[in-house]
Amino acid sequence: MKLYFKYAAMNLKSQMQYKFTFITGVVSRIALSFTSVLSVLFMFTRFNEVEGFTLSQALLCFSVVSMAFSLTEVFARGFDIMPRMLGNGEFDRCLVRPRGMIFQVLASHMEFARLSIFVSAVAVLCYAVPNSGVVWTWDKIITLILMIVCGAVVFFGLFIIYAAFSFFTVEGLEFMNVLTHGGKEFGRYPFVIYGDGVLRFLTYVVPMALFQYYPLLYLLGRERSKLYMFMPLFALLFILPSYGFFRLGLRYYKSTGS
Amino acid sequence: MRPYVSLFRIRFINGLQYRAAALAGLSTQFAWGFMNILAFSAFYRANPAAFPMAFPHLVSYIWIQQAFLALFAPWGTGGKAVETIVNGNISYDLVRPMDLYNRWFIETIGDRVSRAALRCVPILLVAFILPEPFRMTLPPDMRQFALFLVSVPLSMCVVTVFMMLDTIFTFYTMSRYNAIFIFTAEFLAGGILPIPFFPEPFRTIAELLPFGSMQNVPLRIYSGDLAGMDALKAIALQAFWLAAMLLLGKLLMKHSLKRVIAQGG
Amino acid sequence: MIRLQNINKTFRIARRQSGFGHAVKALFSREHELVHALKDVNFEIQDGEMVGYIGPNGAGKSTTIKIMCGVLTPDSGLCEIDGRVPWKERVAHVRDIGVVFGQRSQLWWDVPVIDSFELIRDIYKVEARLYRRNLDEMTALLDLSEILKTPARSLSLGQRMRCEIAASLLHSPKILFLDEPTIGLDAVSKIAVRQFIKRRNAEHGTTVILTTHDMQDIEALTERILLIGKGRILLDGSLDELKKRFPGGTSEEMVAALYKEYKI
Repeated sequence: MKLYFKYAAMNLKSQMQYKFTFITGVVSRIALSFTSVLSVLFMFTRFNEVEGFTLSQALLCFSVVSMAFSLTEVFARGFDIMPRMLGNGEFDRCLVRPRGMIFQVLASHMEFARLSIFVSAVAVLCYAVPNSGVVWTWDKIITLILMIVCGAVVFFGLFIIYAAFSFFTVEGLEFMNVLTHGGKEFGRYPFVIYGDGVLRFLTYVVPMALFQYYPLLYLLGRERSKLYMFMPLFALLFILPSYGFFRLGLRYYKSTGS
Repeated sequence: MRPYVSLFRIRFINGLQYRAAALAGLSTQFAWGFMNILAFSAFYRANPAAFPMAFPHLVSYIWIQQAFLALFAPWGTGGKAVETIVNGNISYDLVRPMDLYNRWFIETIGDRVSRAALRCVPILLVAFILPEPFRMTLPPDMRQFALFLVSVPLSMCVVTVFMMLDTIFTFYTMSRYNAIFIFTAEFLAGGILPIPFFPEPFRTIAELLPFGSMQNVPLRIYSGDLAGMDALKAIALQAFWLAAMLLLGKLLMKHSLKRVIAQGG
Repeated sequence: MIRLQNINKTFRIARRQSGFGHAVKALFSREHELVHALKDVNFEIQDGEMVGYIGPNGAGKSTTIKIMCGVLTPDSGLCEIDGRVPWKERVAHVRDIGVVFGQRSQLWWDVPVIDSFELIRDIYKVEARLYRRNLDEMTALLDLSEILKTPARSLSLGQRMRCEIAASLLHSPKILFLDEPTIGLDAVSKIAVRQFIKRRNAEHGTTVILTTHDMQDIEALTERILLIGKGRILLDGSLDELKKRFPGGTSEEMVAALYKEYKI
């Protein structure tokens, strides 16, 4: 753990060397969040509600998903740029060091400018929380935290899968964007609005609905069963197949090189 | 003219090599299109009267947007040019007997066209045979289709000259990161939400800005959402923005290159 | 001790041809060819030896080094280093080796070199006293005191290479792999690097395996030469033997003659 903070400090120091880049990075990420919120806002000023959800309730979804995604983007950036790490030999360097690979990839790249997405999402959350019609009690607060944390883990699993694919080929990884960036983009509305098929997919295959739609129902008091509150915990299982796939990719990489 | 033709050709061939990328792009864009249509149809069910476009028009808008994403997207190109500016390799480009602005412009167009060429056909084919309400429709008449064909290259060029400005700013900022351009441009061009969904006065403003002369025009002309006089006006505005930003870009390029040469690259 | 027996390695590479027609055709079908990077490679290296590993570009030098570092798994054959199989016990193995890839950097680009060193210390869990001693020794021998506080990006190539070598030795590895350590350096830096490596080998008994295209590196450092061409070990002998076989002429000419004789 101490070593992790050391890495974090190195990342931060490096990024502070380029203040201008850091600031434009922050500003542009805020612009990104802002345009996303604006699109939600525009839609709801026109339609008032969708599938019985109001603006604030959609914004609740938006902020949970954004926070989860940005945590992953900041702290698991190494998996996101795996093709680059493979290309410039950085990954080989990790292989000749006596530490776990997941740890090294995690630690060697963190991008703090992307925390600005997290911060903007917190701001949105501050607006959504009092206006969403949720009666905030302890169990609801715990539910909200579970949604964010477990969401970050699911996105992390997706990043690991992406990195694992890049061991096999660095071409054509774009399709993973549907799940990572797509998950974040389309997660600004409760997943139920996309229909049964999509909801089932996001429940059983890539469990994004488990940390967004189902616990939201609990927050709004539409479902009283505690099962819905703890639904995000089931999403954690997603990390197991992701990790297995990464191991498989690593073995392949070691037998073929780059 | 010849050097530009071969430059275009080499970029085009280069683009064709990335077959796995094209395949992945295809599946991504399909999924993206579907999800968008699903979301819009949920809003449509909530209140059909508030919907600012005919639903089939919107569906066509989304499929063409996905099919020609590479032509209109305000990102993904100019990366190499920015890289050469930041790392100083620009000196190599300056010794070649070719106008740098024109060169980068052609390279970008070559990239865009090759990527779109690989992706548009399968997307459009499938979009035409999908079940309702996902199916894409033909344009209402030949006139409208002709206007569409005029408007597509115009849009692509407007996007490209805009992105050239972004590249040229790199001479001044020396930073790789001008992504703020990308995100605002994407939103204001109707990349996330078609411009008709903007409430007034945002809608009018967005239509007049250079961003409104990007994908907004051809995508809406195709389905007939933008027709007759309005369509012609929109095309004229496209031509205006193209000329204006082209001129501005060339001037800025001249100025910034003078600076670069003065400082010795 | 390092022992490689009957190591084989093949890669599959897509063939590409030029021209518009081929570019379109390649969309639908692609030809592949098998490249035998290593064919039946055998050698042993004793503790404390210094070995020059030479051969033309693409002969299989890097592949061999990667296998010995545990980065690559061979298709078949046995590789044992100090009783371990590198790719099977990666973590234990790499604790005992140091690697310098001449064309790549392990230093953090934007932070002072000393910060990178301290991070490496923590990665390898180097004991504080040992770290201090190694650092002092290398600072003195490689003349680093002036540059430790400088970010790696502002170092000259020669300065950076000195730091890279120091970084690879902070954990006192028993074996040091140097992949083209003098590439692009000026005469003064080359000599400094060579002297340091020689001294390291003499005083600490570090086994050194060195790939290079610079024959003066070989002449200055190694007794023994391994020549690889087209994936096979063609020659395993001492520099003196070689000189006897190709009398007269510089070492460059000797190697050229050697490559010619083996048609590689």
